[in-house]
Amino acid sequence: MTGQAPDQPLLAVGDLTTVFPRGPASPAPPVRAVDGVSLRLAPGETLGLVGESGSGKSILAQSLVGLVPPPGRITSGRVVFEGRDLCSMDESALCKIRGARIGFVCQEPMMALNPVLTIGDQIAEVLTVHGLASGAGARQRAVALLDMVRLPQAALRARDYAHQLSGGMRQRVLIAAALACQPPLIIADEPTTALDVTIQAGILDLLREMRERFGLALLLITHDLGVVADLADRVAVMYAGRLVEEGPSCAVLASPAHPYTRALLASLPGATPGSRLTAIPGAVPDLAALPRGCAFGPRCPDHDAACDQGAPEPMVVATGHTARCVRAQERR
Amino acid sequence: MALVDVRDLVKTFRRRPAPWSRATTVRAVDGVSFSIEARETFGLVGESGSGKTTTGRCLLRLIEPTSGSCRFRGDDVFALPASRLRALRRQMQMVFQDPYASLNPRMRAGAIVAEGLVIHDIGTTDQRRARVDDLFELVGLDPAMRDRYPHEFSGGQRQRIGLARALALGPSFLVADEPVSALDVSIQAQIINLFMDLRERLGLTLLFVAHDLRLVRHICARVAVMYRGRIVEMGPTEAIFRDAAHPYTRALLSAAPDPRLGIHRPLVAFDPSATDLEAPLRDVAPGHLAAIV
Repeated sequence: MTGQAPDQPLLAVGDLTTVFPRGPASPAPPVRAVDGVSLRLAPGETLGLVGESGSGKSILAQSLVGLVPPPGRITSGRVVFEGRDLCSMDESALCKIRGARIGFVCQEPMMALNPVLTIGDQIAEVLTVHGLASGAGARQRAVALLDMVRLPQAALRARDYAHQLSGGMRQRVLIAAALACQPPLIIADEPTTALDVTIQAGILDLLREMRERFGLALLLITHDLGVVADLADRVAVMYAGRLVEEGPSCAVLASPAHPYTRALLASLPGATPGSRLTAIPGAVPDLAALPRGCAFGPRCPDHDAACDQGAPEPMVVATGHTARCVRAQERR
Repeated sequence: MALVDVRDLVKTFRRRPAPWSRATTVRAVDGVSFSIEARETFGLVGESGSGKTTTGRCLLRLIEPTSGSCRFRGDDVFALPASRLRALRRQMQMVFQDPYASLNPRMRAGAIVAEGLVIHDIGTTDQRRARVDDLFELVGLDPAMRDRYPHEFSGGQRQRIGLARALALGPSFLVADEPVSALDVSIQAQIINLFMDLRERLGLTLLFVAHDLRLVRHICARVAVMYRGRIVEMGPTEAIFRDAAHPYTRALLSAAPDPRLGIHRPLVAFDPSATDLEAPLRDVAPGHLAAIV
């Protein structure tokens, strides 16, 4: 589902840059973990943010809600959510938005859940903190939420602690907590990476169902292009802190415009069993020692002098489909 | 005759959830039998907890099996005394899942690769040095990097070191336990290609333990699907991917999202309570077995 006209985005990120200083004695410039990222998310829309480890996708997610781990900090850009810039808000104002207007689901639910509170109490806590319910009423709603995410025997399970649940059930609990205040946006950071495929399929189905039911917008962070194909309306591909390609999922997956996206798709096994795979040479670049120009340049089959003239700007290759490659348009 | 022939492998673990509770026995591997022909790549797939890693480790006796037999070129690996087992280990080696955890951080890469040669007292110092250089080249590493420590290598390079270590003694059989699942997506294809090249050049027999079905389909000739310690289906890879007979296999195949399909495939549900999990394997097609009634 594509949501309404994108003239009034729910979330508009403009030129966001998050840096990590290199240590007090180091003369080197800070590492740009997120480097000038812009993206928009319409109400009800699902954007898949794809990248490998170290690409900056998790730091980007944390930057959106003001949770960059120190010493990292946002040095420029804006994050406009429901018309207000989150970057200029103080901590107490942000606390009213996190959980209430933006839900967060992370990769490792064991880290996100409090080990000494029952899961029912934790969800009730979300409702209490945001002033939506209290006491027995909050606990009742917590059970209803656990039931909604199809935790079996929710009323009984609400009294369990996180360690008594399986990985898939914990992830359902986190989704219930994220949905507690019916936020218009959920950020899910690798929500299924730690799970087995059959459990993953169940969680993806649940996210899909909740999205339809509440008209949620979903920012889905993943390294798995299969998950993107399954759930996302649009996809943004991140490499070395920058968005290198963005567009409708079907267009990006069927005719990728950036050489990195193309290489990533081509390297997947499956086309002809037993054949050599089309491997990407080299390794993921060190953010502290990026090449001049295009960060993918050294691994790119089409690399030439033009690629080293500075970081490529986004080029429009089709309506709503851009790629940061100097040759993106020639390829069309 | 098959190179590796496993019969009725059982591995139980005793566990006591808390000091005050009674110990219970978990059957991690519950009567598994399969055989692997020389130069064949055999895939073992399943979800976490299905017993696939335990099976792989039992074959090399990295953990002691509870019962069963594993014949390697006719010798029962499980019955061998320690002295003969050590000699046999030159023939069978392991590549581990996590290249960050499986290399000693205090040893230089060259010493890690040479360690097996030292333990088995093979060659002089100079000969070992030359052998390590050859192994580095074989797995696509610059021999000049032999004096570096593991932390100076990327994940993909570390897995190459792990592979060079496994190949140092010239084994004919490798157990590869999820060898690429800890690597970046853009690096996985390099390592898979390396496995396929070496398999060809060295005539290796591989037991490939993995949860990634696309990958298994790509490199394995035959595959066994494990669920709760048992093999529920086994046969030629293409037969299993095309005509899965066991409901669990069907559920597993339907669950893996594929970017090339682009659309959400209908998910096949699997209900363990509606399936006879004790059913023995039976032939459903030539060479294709499934645990269905």
